[in-house]
Amino acid sequence: MIRPSHFTALLLVAVFASTVFGITMRDTPKRMVRYGLYCFSLFVGSAILLSWVMYFMAR
Amino acid sequence: MQTLRRTARPKPVLYSQKGMGSAANKAADAANKQYKGFVYLPLIAGWLVPGAGHFLLRKWGRGALLAVSIIALFVLGLAMDGKLYSSAQDILEMLGLAGDLGNGLMYIIGRMTGLGGDPVQFTVADYGTKFIEFAGLLNVIAAIDAHNLRTGRKPS
Repeated sequence: MIRPSHFTALLLVAVFASTVFGITMRDTPKRMVRYGLYCFSLFVGSAILLSWVMYFMAR
Repeated sequence: MQTLRRTARPKPVLYSQKGMGSAANKAADAANKQYKGFVYLPLIAGWLVPGAGHFLLRKWGRGALLAVSIIALFVLGLAMDGKLYSSAQDILEMLGLAGDLGNGLMYIIGRMTGLGGDPVQFTVADYGTKFIEFAGLLNVIAAIDAHNLRTGRKPS
C-alpha cells in the first residue's frame, strides 16, 4: 500500500499521460518529445494555478 | 538571368495537420503496405496488452514506453488500494467500468485474482481508482494509435 500526496499523484499522472499523449498525437520523435513536455507543463501548471485560485476562494 | 528552380516533391502531410486524405498522403500510404495480416490485430492486441499493437508493427521504443506508462499507472492504482469496478449501478459506475475495461487483460486478471475488490475508504484509494480508469482510457488511445499506424492513416 502506497500513500502519495495529492501533488505526487498529480506528478505521476502527468508524467505517464504526457508520455502516452506525446507518442500517440505526434508522428516524429522530436515533435513527440516537445508535445509531451507541453502536456506535462500544462498538467502541472494548471493544477498549481487552480489550487492557488481555490486557496483564495476559500479565504 | 536564369533562376534555378527546384521542383519540390510533395511531402506527406503530418498526422496533426489538415489534409490527411491528400494525394501526397495516399502516396505515402502506399509505402505503408509493409504490414500484412489481419488489419485489426494491432488494435485488439494493443487493447489486450498495453504496447502490444506497436510491438506487432515493430515500433519497439514506442511500444515499450506506452507499456511502461500504462502498466505503471494501473499497478500504482492497485497499490493505492484503488477499486476495480465490477458492476454498474449508476451512471458514474458505468463510466468507471468503461474506463476499467480499457485495461484489457490487466482488468480481467485483476478481477480473477480479487485485486481492487475492497470498497474505497480513504482519499488515496480514490486517487488509485482514478489511476486505474485513466490507465484504461490511455490504453484505448494507444490501441487506436496502433490501428492508425497499421492502416496508414498515421504516416509513421
